[in-house]
Amino acid sequence: MNEQHAHEEHGMSNAGYVRIALILAAITALEVSTYYVDFGPLFMPALMVMMVVKFVTVVSYFMHLKFDRRLFSVMFYAGLFLAIFVYAAALSTFKFFIA
Amino acid sequence: MAIIERPSAPATVPAIPSASLGALKRPVSTQHGWRSWLFTVDHKRLGLMYGATALFFFVVGGLEAVLIRLQLALPDGRVLNADLYNQMFTMHATTMVFLFVMPMVSAFANYFIPLQVGARDVAFPRINAFGFWAFLFGGIFLNLAWFLGGAADGGWFMYAPNSGPVFSPSHGVDFWALGLQITGIASLTGAVNLIVTVLNMRAPGMSLMKMPIFTWMATVVQFLLLFAMPVITVALFLLMFQRNFGATFFDVGAGADPLLWQHLFWIFGHPEVYILILPSFGIISEVLPVFARKPLFGYPFVVFSGAAIGFVGWGVWAHHMFASGLGPVSVAVFSVATMAIAVPTGVKVVNWTMTLWGGKLWFTVAMKFAIALIVLFTIGGLSGVTHAVAPSDTQQTDTYYIVAHFHYVLFGGAIFGIFSGMYYWWPKMFGKMLSERIGNWNFWLMAIGMNLTFGPMHILGLQGQPRRMYIWTEARAGEGFFNLAFWNLVASIGSIILAVGVLFFFVNVLVTARKGKQAPLDPWDARSLEWMTSNPPKEHNFDSIPTVGHLDEFFHRKYAEDHQSGEIRKVKEAEEVLAELERNKDAHIHMPSPSYWPIVLALGLPVIAFGLIYSIPVALVGGVIVVLGCFGWAIEPSTARDDEVDPPSAASAEVVRHG
Amino acid sequence: MAEAAQEHGAQHGSTGISNIKLGMWLFLGSECLLFGGLISTYMLYRGRVGEGPTPMQIFDIPFTSVSSFVLLMSSLTMVLAVSAAAKRDDRSAVLWLTVTALLGATFVGGQVYEFTAFYNEGLGFSTSLFSSSFYVLTGFHGVHVTVGIIMLLALVAMIRRNRIPGSKSETVEMIGLYWHFVDIVWIVIFTLIYLIPV
Repeated sequence: MNEQHAHEEHGMSNAGYVRIALILAAITALEVSTYYVDFGPLFMPALMVMMVVKFVTVVSYFMHLKFDRRLFSVMFYAGLFLAIFVYAAALSTFKFFIA
Repeated sequence: MAIIERPSAPATVPAIPSASLGALKRPVSTQHGWRSWLFTVDHKRLGLMYGATALFFFVVGGLEAVLIRLQLALPDGRVLNADLYNQMFTMHATTMVFLFVMPMVSAFANYFIPLQVGARDVAFPRINAFGFWAFLFGGIFLNLAWFLGGAADGGWFMYAPNSGPVFSPSHGVDFWALGLQITGIASLTGAVNLIVTVLNMRAPGMSLMKMPIFTWMATVVQFLLLFAMPVITVALFLLMFQRNFGATFFDVGAGADPLLWQHLFWIFGHPEVYILILPSFGIISEVLPVFARKPLFGYPFVVFSGAAIGFVGWGVWAHHMFASGLGPVSVAVFSVATMAIAVPTGVKVVNWTMTLWGGKLWFTVAMKFAIALIVLFTIGGLSGVTHAVAPSDTQQTDTYYIVAHFHYVLFGGAIFGIFSGMYYWWPKMFGKMLSERIGNWNFWLMAIGMNLTFGPMHILGLQGQPRRMYIWTEARAGEGFFNLAFWNLVASIGSIILAVGVLFFFVNVLVTARKGKQAPLDPWDARSLEWMTSNPPKEHNFDSIPTVGHLDEFFHRKYAEDHQSGEIRKVKEAEEVLAELERNKDAHIHMPSPSYWPIVLALGLPVIAFGLIYSIPVALVGGVIVVLGCFGWAIEPSTARDDEVDPPSAASAEVVRHG
Repeated sequence: MAEAAQEHGAQHGSTGISNIKLGMWLFLGSECLLFGGLISTYMLYRGRVGEGPTPMQIFDIPFTSVSSFVLLMSSLTMVLAVSAAAKRDDRSAVLWLTVTALLGATFVGGQVYEFTAFYNEGLGFSTSLFSSSFYVLTGFHGVHVTVGIIMLLALVAMIRRNRIPGSKSETVEMIGLYWHFVDIVWIVIFTLIYLIPV
């Protein structure tokens, strides 16, 4: 019972979830549009931002991380940032990020 | 074992195990017999099995090392030909790292973490059991290659393209890769298990900074495992795809970059070496205070330096690749990071030394191993610092100087710590103390043997002997009496002395098992929570879960400060402390029940692996076993339901099984 | 009795946190390292096409976009299933879990179709470094989705037969976390692999 109460406190309504899903769909459409429309120098930054926004949105809302114990966020983001750091460093030694 | 309360039902009621999938019924809990080991989920039994298996592989790896040293004792050695020599050094290292030290760490972690945090078991007991069996089957699988065409022969870090089908045509590398995948699953699941246990199942009042130091170090290690294992998983998959499905991930002719393997391996490999050493750091951080009769000096510093090592350890891996053509910028960055990581280790050495300083030192064998670790690891660490200086590493790399470094830190460090832990915790696990007399022979022969074996390797390396060379000749041995020939012989003789020293340990174990006297409850006047149990602990560990008010809770229950004189005096004996827990014994103790599924599931893994090497239908059979095992497991409750009747006295009553 | 057993089965530690939930988050943290390695291998090798087709020649962005959308929507249905389970609404939970599994199966079906088409256009597994790394990365993801589908269907069966040993809502939530993770990995893959020209 405790658990159910807590869940309703932190959870969103179904309508809220549908709203988020529609936003994600819209961002996806925008992402795909970069394939057809020339964004110029904004191409990479726009795509990266959209990817990150979708990623964080799903993690924070669908996976509930925003409303849950901070411990979960720490565990997950620790793994994520470690992965980004380590692999970016490795790719750097291959001069991957140098144009 | 369902509920430890004494029902009033007569003992003649037979036990009826509940149906799991209909086909396999739940094993009934027994305390004796092979079934009680095969289907156990008890962390203590699993810990013992991890330890016994690890010690077996220690002997295997040691024999492999002795063969290497016999081959190199004299010029033009004929003990091993080149091909067999390659297999020998590959398997020696693989066995020692993956099948001895890592499972030994699991042994101590599994046995003692729940006891040290005041829990009755780990968070996921069946996953724990699965992990052990996966390790055992994976280790056996790896070694089957010896009999099936030759063991892996590409060195323990298996550099490409040497590891590919062209230069390693036998199935050895396939057994190696798949075997490590299987044991890797054990490590990963174990890591999740122990982290959840430590974060979620501590006794009331035990904040993180009141946790015993061994648990702290072991927990940092679990995080390292959690994040490092997937990286080597990727590398091993890429290797398997190259060897068996025609991919060209490391094939230079196809445009690939062999450095990809090196990066993936060492991103795993460097945290791996901290996985190997931190638990031993934790063990001696427990042992030194007990035998110095002083608390650990600077506990928070030891904790944070351990966490710092775990953290910074992710940024240094390319120091294994200084000579691989990374380029000056990368080399410089990793060189600086590597120097930085010496600092937290130095902090620990200071803390250990200050713990000893001013203490009333009691030189038990456990204490001797612990002090030896400080000395030997420091030596190994100093040579490590010289490797961090990239220009000098260019001379040192791939020579015996490196071999000397890592054997000082791994043998003098990790392994001496393990032996310290075994002598220290033996009475807790087995109710008997290992003989100090035989133990002294064990220690001194190991200490002398170890230094005789690996000390000269510094000289050999700087004089130019490369590692992994299977033979040396008189002509290349240099001039003078103290030439390469001399030091190679010394090293080989040292290895025999070392082997005899290890033998004394096993002699000690046997003699103690046969003739050892029952140990007192608190033989070392110890400090931490695991000692607040019987020897060995009851199945449910604590009669009542203690409420923790201090770091070194057990010490604080025995000793109090006299308000007037400020003197710390013993106010309670260990027996009294334990009796208090027994008096307040919990009415309902729910223990997880034994289960078939962990071992069934684990059995599917080597079958899949065999199939991938020899025959796909076999792999599919293995897959089916795994899938069915998962289903059976998923619908089985972790504790057998209340309607399972269990005879009240679990000790000796043999249970009637139905169905 | 069953109710009580369920509540009792929910393994919560001294911190009040569910064991299996914490365990799943830890596992997902480690999976970042797994997919990171596969993505990095792809990034390193994506330009090495040998004699075979290049990414730009072979990718069908409209098709993959629809696939991505399908997977994204499956995340929505998953969260609706979790929500239903938390409200003890078994029927809705089963419904949404089934829809999620179907959407996931559609995605996997789309992948299979896509790979078959690529193969027929000359992109075999060992054609080039680009092809091998592409198939390994997306293949691993596809296997993860497939395992997820199996878990979802198993969950449906177990809910309907009331065979879940622990807390029902927690179990559904835990599987949900896995499913969403598989979705966010695809968010990254779709952007980095498909949408960024080499």
